[in-house]
Amino acid sequence: MTGKPRRAAATGPRGQGEGAATSGKPRRVVVTSPRTAAARRPRHPLTREIDEQTRLGEVYMGSLVRTQFRLALFVCSLLACVVGGLPLLFLLAPELRAAELFGLPLPWVVLAGLIYPALVGGAWLYVRQAERNERDFADLVEHR
Amino acid sequence: MSQIAAVVLVMLATVLIGAFGLRVSRTTSDFYVASRTVSPLWNASAIGGEYLSAASFLGIAGLILTFGADMLWLPVGWTGGYLVLLVLVSAPLRRSGAYTLPDFAEARLESMAVRRLSSVLVVLIGWLYLMPQFQSAGLVFRTITGAPPWTGSLLVAVVVAINVLSGGMRSITFVQAFQYWLKLTALAVPLAFMLLAWWSDGRPGLAPGDEWVLPLHGRDHPMYETYSLILATFLGTMGLPHVLVRFYTNPDGRAARRTTLVVLTLLGAFYLMPAVYGYLGHVYGMPESDTVVIALPGRLVGGPVGDFLTALVTAGAFAAFLSTSSGLTVSVAGVIAQDILRGGVRAFRVATVLAVLVPFALAGVARSLPVATVVGLAFAVAASSFCPLLVLGIWWRRLTTSGAIAGLLAGGGLACAAVVITITGGPHTGWAGSLLAQPAAWTVPVSFTVMAVVSLLTPSRVPRGVARTMVRLHTPETLNVDRGDWRPRFM
Repeated sequence: MTGKPRRAAATGPRGQGEGAATSGKPRRVVVTSPRTAAARRPRHPLTREIDEQTRLGEVYMGSLVRTQFRLALFVCSLLACVVGGLPLLFLLAPELRAAELFGLPLPWVVLAGLIYPALVGGAWLYVRQAERNERDFADLVEHR
Repeated sequence: MSQIAAVVLVMLATVLIGAFGLRVSRTTSDFYVASRTVSPLWNASAIGGEYLSAASFLGIAGLILTFGADMLWLPVGWTGGYLVLLVLVSAPLRRSGAYTLPDFAEARLESMAVRRLSSVLVVLIGWLYLMPQFQSAGLVFRTITGAPPWTGSLLVAVVVAINVLSGGMRSITFVQAFQYWLKLTALAVPLAFMLLAWWSDGRPGLAPGDEWVLPLHGRDHPMYETYSLILATFLGTMGLPHVLVRFYTNPDGRAARRTTLVVLTLLGAFYLMPAVYGYLGHVYGMPESDTVVIALPGRLVGGPVGDFLTALVTAGAFAAFLSTSSGLTVSVAGVIAQDILRGGVRAFRVATVLAVLVPFALAGVARSLPVATVVGLAFAVAASSFCPLLVLGIWWRRLTTSGAIAGLLAGGGLACAAVVITITGGPHTGWAGSLLAQPAAWTVPVSFTVMAVVSLLTPSRVPRGVARTMVRLHTPETLNVDRGDWRPRFM
């Protein structure tokens, strides 16, 4: 399923047939307006600032890295509180070790069950926010 | 008998599916990363299939049965490690364009010395991870046939070598994706039958006052060991060579993130089950061993159905041996071929044999520890070496070549020393025993500190192209910016 189609199509009989059909005689087209603006679209100045590593470009890059790092740090801190807090909780409140939830021991319900959906949920929220940060950065750079 | 049939079937299926890849993997880049044409769900299944080793399939249930609730942290960490990987590493690493960990080290630090050091660490971690897979294969093979342990190890080693030699990574991707779903089924179906049997037995529970079920009991220093285990597993995942190589088969950084999210879901689903096996094993008084997963279905469900279920878990176990070992072999062989031999497809073949042979020999001579314990040690080494390199490399501009080398040597060296002492000698007792058996809690901070402090002391050794590298690592692919011209050297 993966990968195969592209290369197979290029060498397979169907691919060759299509290739012959399109690479035959070029179709005639009528040019009504010279699209010079599209042909020579200048690169956006802000990406050039980044390319040339000017002060401004570095400021923009720094802000992107910082935003993403802050997000990563936030998720990691949250994770550290939950994961690092649980053993501490069991140490400080020994009655919790033997407590029961749904008729099962509480530590088992949490560690062998509830924590997994929580991890997936956290990951999903992170992906959404990280992609949003990147979109914002791209918008900022492309439309000054 | 049905168990042996199951083993043969899995081996054949692995080789046959692998052979499909042969047709398309002719050039070097195919061998390495399947030409980056693998779709996200396949890719995530493949990561899951590769990641769920004998330690996950057999080892966790065995350790939970032996030590009780504290071992529940092991699967939690092996899943949660992907969350840490996702937020700190996945997208920038894919954008770096590197194929292996040494590639990343070279791209980021522009230094061949760091590259070579990373290569050595990749090979060591890979061998440390492969060795218990082979030992475990021997153990299971002995359980079902009575043959000496080395025959099972040899069988797995040979199939892995054939598979990697014939197909390269592309075939491995198909094989691995298949293996994930096989392993999930092989654990889930017997579990459903066993829960039915447990229910009809009148749902036997634990004896009142049974301490086994409580966290923080039964070991010398449970608090220290729990925290060290958490640190090793959560931070070690990102430093495993066979996991990272899969990220390059994503088309871009965004896809790398999404793939990681799917991986997290797939692993979460799988890891719900070993704890139940451990619990049932304790309730029914099974002997404490890595083979509890194999023995339990036959104990709870008798007759032909029981035989079939036992065959199914055995098939799953062999799928686990084959998939993880194949993935590790590809990574280790790639690094040996590229950095130690001269490169090229021929070197890759020599390296593959080497990558399998050494851990096979080690499996015969090392002390036999529970498989999940040894794999946990591999995580500790990865967490103390590659985790700081990746995290500081991606997020901190002032990391220097000298800092990276010093940190890798200090963290990786100390962790490796602890591992060697634990595996060859021991069991050690008291504080020294705990510190050596779970080294991450002290080696990870040492590694981060050394890397950061030495970097700050050697500001002149900051790589010259760091600004361009940061652009490459962090800007979304939609932007048209100069990302530098570094490319991984193909063999």
